[in-house]
Amino acid sequence: MKYADEFRDPVAARGLLAKIEQVTSEIGATAEKPVHIMEICGGHTHAIFRYGLDKLTPPGIEFIHGPGCPVCVLPMSRVDESVEIAEQPGVIFCTFGDAMRVPGTKKSLLQAKADGCDIRMVYSPLDALELARRNPDREVVFFGLGFETTTPSTAFTIQQAAADGLMNFSIFCNHITVPPPIKALLDDPYMTLDGFVGPGHVSMVIGIRPYDFIARDYNKPIVVAGFEPLDLLQSVLMVLEQIRDGRAEVENQYSRVVPDEGNPASIAACDDVYETRERFEWRGLGEIDTSGLKIRDKYAAFDAERKFGIGYGAASRFVKEPEGCRCGDVMTGRIKPPQCPKFGAECLPETPLGALMVSSEGACAAYYQYGGSRLEAAE
Amino acid sequence: MCLGIPGQIVEISDVARKLALVDVSGVRRQVNVAPILDGQAVEDLVGVWTLVHVGFAMSRIDEEEAEKTLEILRQLGEAQEEIEAMKATEAMLAGEKVEAAQ
Ligand code: SF4
Repeated sequence: MKYADEFRDPVAARGLLAKIEQVTSEIGATAEKPVHIMEICGGHTHAIFRYGLDKLTPPGIEFIHGPGCPVCVLPMSRVDESVEIAEQPGVIFCTFGDAMRVPGTKKSLLQAKADGCDIRMVYSPLDALELARRNPDREVVFFGLGFETTTPSTAFTIQQAAADGLMNFSIFCNHITVPPPIKALLDDPYMTLDGFVGPGHVSMVIGIRPYDFIARDYNKPIVVAGFEPLDLLQSVLMVLEQIRDGRAEVENQYSRVVPDEGNPASIAACDDVYETRERFEWRGLGEIDTSGLKIRDKYAAFDAERKFGIGYGAASRFVKEPEGCRCGDVMTGRIKPPQCPKFGAECLPETPLGALMVSSEGACAAYYQYGGSRLEAAE
Repeated sequence: MCLGIPGQIVEISDVARKLALVDVSGVRRQVNVAPILDGQAVEDLVGVWTLVHVGFAMSRIDEEEAEKTLEILRQLGEAQEEIEAMKATEAMLAGEKVEAAQ
């Protein structure tokens, strides 16, 4: 119970853990024959390691860390293309800080900046829009990436750029959506997944209905969860209870933030601005059908892919992961981070080889930061 | 980027562009409130607590939820990161020539 004292309500935590223990044994799950629960969202992965929930819960539960960390699934070719855009004369390339250190085949955006490209870290796409307003003689490009949580912000920004007629502004759109990779993982014959802890803030935007196929077509439970340790424990318990009772439903543990129908204004803005790509490449997972978004024709003037002729729409190029990297296997839960030969050796948070080591939401970085005792056990 | 950070709307700065000033742990930042308008007038949002993701008010929350979320973000080390990113951008924009904007 070393970590439990950090919980705001240790009594509640203990009560939940006792129930989790009980239901796990009712299911008959053991360390040898565990239930596999995937937490989809990188924020949940981070919280699970930070609070040691993987250690507090019984050995009969195995957490599989899902693909829900946006920079972790960013392929090297998208980074290469960002660098290529940033190298165009007159361009100011704007990105969230998280994407700066993701390695490309030649360099990261951080290295490109050191080499003289005008690359700015921004907090919001609105800041990039403001830069465009203040620099009418420059081309300002914003690197739009992330899941449904950040997708609407880019859509609203494009609508604003169009309303203001800021023609020197464009978006390099690499937004992706959560449900298609879940389907891809469920279709993967090598994966065993018994239930899901669903992403909180993605669901705040899209609501809970887009997960219906998980329960209906695959007969697996999914519980949309908040980010507090107690939220996570309660959600894990709800998943376990469904498994025990032979139910497969979409449940919402985080209803205080997630309305079942999502956020209508954001959904409308996204419908207006984006259409679905036929397929999109995910780092470690390959190409997944209908998993990416591109900018609709009516906003073509704000689409960096078309403006510069660079990007997924222009040419899909694949580049191999660096030699020896096991990012794909970690991403699909086939191995744990310490089983990658690069982990903690050449691949460190300061000098990441793979994207899973870049963001604090990446499984490798979270493992490295908090997984001390687990690490020793694995050795 | 995905966890967001809670803040309270303290002032409306641009009705047409749906922009408001939000107080996030003592730091003021302009955010777009379009996602939480829900047919209401922008002016009526003053005082509302919201979860802010990359400069957008993405959902309404109550004050208690805001406090709990902030506490979690502090523990995860995300709150400071988010606030630093807001400040860094502000500093970057302040260094820009403003005359071009007029
Ligand atoms: S340790 Fe590095 S190279 Fe290995 S899987 Fe993790 S991020 Fe990829």
